[in-house]
Amino acid sequence: METNTNSLSAAPAMLTGSEILWATLVGEGVTDVFGYPGGAILPAYDALRKFPIRHILVRHEQGAAHMADGYARASGKVGVAIATSGPGATNLVTGIATAMLDSIPMVCITGNVSSKVLGTDAFQEVDITGVTLPVTKHNFLVSRAEEIAPAIRQAFQIAKSGRPGPVLVDITKDAQQATARFDFEAAQPKPYRPHPMLKVETDGLSAAAELIRGAKKPVILAGHGIMQSGAMEQVRALAERAQIPVAMTLLGIGGFPASHPLNLGMMGMHGEAWVNDAIQNADLLIACGMRFDDRVIGTPHTYATKAKKIHIEIDPAEINKNIKVDVALVGDLREVLEQLLPRVSSGKTGQHSGASAWLKSIEASKGESAVRDMKNLPDLGHLYAAHVMHDLWRITGGNAIVATDVGQHQMWEAQYFHHEHPRSLVTSGGLGTMGFALPAAIGAKVACPDKEVWVIAGDGGFQMTAAELATIRQENLKINIAIINNGYLGMVRQWQEFFYDRNYESTPLVSPDFVKLADAHGIAGRAVKTRGELAAAVEEARTHNGPFLLNFLVEQEDSVYPMIPAGSALHEMIRRPGHNPLVETPDDL
Amino acid sequence: MLHTFVSYVEDRPGVLTRVASLFRRLNINIISVTVGHSERAGLSRMTLVCEASAEAGHRIRASLYKLENVIEVDDIAGAPTVTRELALIKVTATRHNRSAIFELAEVFRARIVDLTAESLMIEMTGVESKIEGLIQVLIDSEHEILEICRSGKMTMRRGHHTSRVLKAMGTGDAEPPEQEAAQEADAEPE
Repeated sequence: METNTNSLSAAPAMLTGSEILWATLVGEGVTDVFGYPGGAILPAYDALRKFPIRHILVRHEQGAAHMADGYARASGKVGVAIATSGPGATNLVTGIATAMLDSIPMVCITGNVSSKVLGTDAFQEVDITGVTLPVTKHNFLVSRAEEIAPAIRQAFQIAKSGRPGPVLVDITKDAQQATARFDFEAAQPKPYRPHPMLKVETDGLSAAAELIRGAKKPVILAGHGIMQSGAMEQVRALAERAQIPVAMTLLGIGGFPASHPLNLGMMGMHGEAWVNDAIQNADLLIACGMRFDDRVIGTPHTYATKAKKIHIEIDPAEINKNIKVDVALVGDLREVLEQLLPRVSSGKTGQHSGASAWLKSIEASKGESAVRDMKNLPDLGHLYAAHVMHDLWRITGGNAIVATDVGQHQMWEAQYFHHEHPRSLVTSGGLGTMGFALPAAIGAKVACPDKEVWVIAGDGGFQMTAAELATIRQENLKINIAIINNGYLGMVRQWQEFFYDRNYESTPLVSPDFVKLADAHGIAGRAVKTRGELAAAVEEARTHNGPFLLNFLVEQEDSVYPMIPAGSALHEMIRRPGHNPLVETPDDL
Repeated sequence: MLHTFVSYVEDRPGVLTRVASLFRRLNINIISVTVGHSERAGLSRMTLVCEASAEAGHRIRASLYKLENVIEVDDIAGAPTVTRELALIKVTATRHNRSAIFELAEVFRARIVDLTAESLMIEMTGVESKIEGLIQVLIDSEHEILEICRSGKMTMRRGHHTSRVLKAMGTGDAEPPEQEAAQEADAEPE
């Protein structure tokens, strides 16, 4: 049997469907896949060792999907997950939906029963193309070996083009076993057709430039599209030329350097008060690759009512969906900004009048609500999650890739870990998938083996996918894990505290000793109970030769502030209570 | 308001599900959908009618285009069109009252396509309101309707503008002028 690389360049060869699958993946540039074998995908696994692809064996298929997702988020490449039919395929679904909601390029390959018995409720048969129809960008059912290469190639094209997303290819067992002529070049899909409603007209660009020129209180809303489009420099140029402050969505974090003087921080439900106030008081919002999600707008009718809105977005279906905009520039963010920038720069810097007055007023509004530098806090013996985030940021220099789970710790991370670089925060935004962090970090580490990778997870979410500790051990990945352990499903407890009369129903959580759990997996670890131990423990984890788990036993009933209750306006936020030691008061200044 | 979308889709398994699933997800009821071969090989033409808010048209069209198998979408709201629906109506009829039904069919330009001792079948093509008119008259005249089969609306823009021409002109989004829309009232040059 000749190897794939030969068969790619040489004349078309007769291969089995399984070999065609791997050869096509190699041709698409795939070097790593995450998967779990089973009956209907066994022919494919049988052929795997002939191909230069690293297969990471997961402990649950949901982990495979999150790993492929984390791989894609950290590297920008298409992540690949593989599972067998039936339960293997359905276990992928949460991970696929996670990728769909955050527009992550991913290809999932599932085996299915032989085409002869499709639709007969054969053993481990499930209609996975039907199940995943609403949570994939597209999917394929392939029942002939000849169709495998074209389907896989088209799947890659779809996954990464336009607004990216997950694509599933379901391949019947007999298609894997049959033989067909393999010709990688001939399997090339038709040229990608951009969405026909993409439209950036000169009129729109002029109108946008005019709005920017005339604005006195503009704000740039920086979204995930900045990373997807690679528009970091263009957004920065726009902000700097016109001196426009930048607010970030959760997934926009990293798209604009945290240390940049124009960076306000994260907007929305747990955004700092000055960020949301700036948006509410703005006279112009320039939305860059974001979709006015309900977690960032509060309610549509109270959102930035005084502001004109420019929406730069690649998906026409997002225009006027939640928020009506005045100018829509529908296209790739980087391309649109490159057309817009010359119109903004015509003249001296600071096109819009009153830039400095606006920036000064935002600066002034920070005063009472700003978080002071926590390293100067007196050590009262308490360990707050904010301390952990702050010290992790400080000690890693903000250069690590951090994968977070979902809940309080996720918001604290977004508030206190300052990301300078794109693709350095890997987090489930749209779907809010608990259990995401650990497997996503594995994907990120496989994609970026030279980067320092941290998992930050709550005690609840960590247990959802904790079995992947074994994957870390088996693959010998240097991943550091920080568990923010407060003994509660913290964010739910917080909602119960605020909105359900402190009825802590089903939120107190008994957990295993995570350090012993790590130990059982051959992973070193340490519990951290006080502020004083924090820095040394983080250093120990970083320098330890191998994965390391830190179990941070933090203040149990701490809450994330500020908070905008769901369904309220952005300015109707619950602020930090006065006694909170993290809040700066005038006395501290 | 009533939206009508004319769409070219790939003629292959599962495409109808994808289109239908989009409306299901938006919680929009499809009033009628007709699908059949088009003038283009491998592509089916679909006329889809639904009730949704006025603003929903843009989002539905944009979302339809996001489906891999959907090639073209024309939101023909308000445009001058020819719209037809086919109905087959089976009515109880004996030799005593047949002639009355024949007269009704004549007036409505419908045809009798099947006749037995106890029943007959009327075939009628026209705009929705005419079909409903015939059904109403049959009910009012106390003819017992046994079965009704309606095709749902089929729609085509008037004039030589094929959807491809419109697209090339970049007017796919354009709302036609009001008075033209008024022509909609069936001129019936058959």
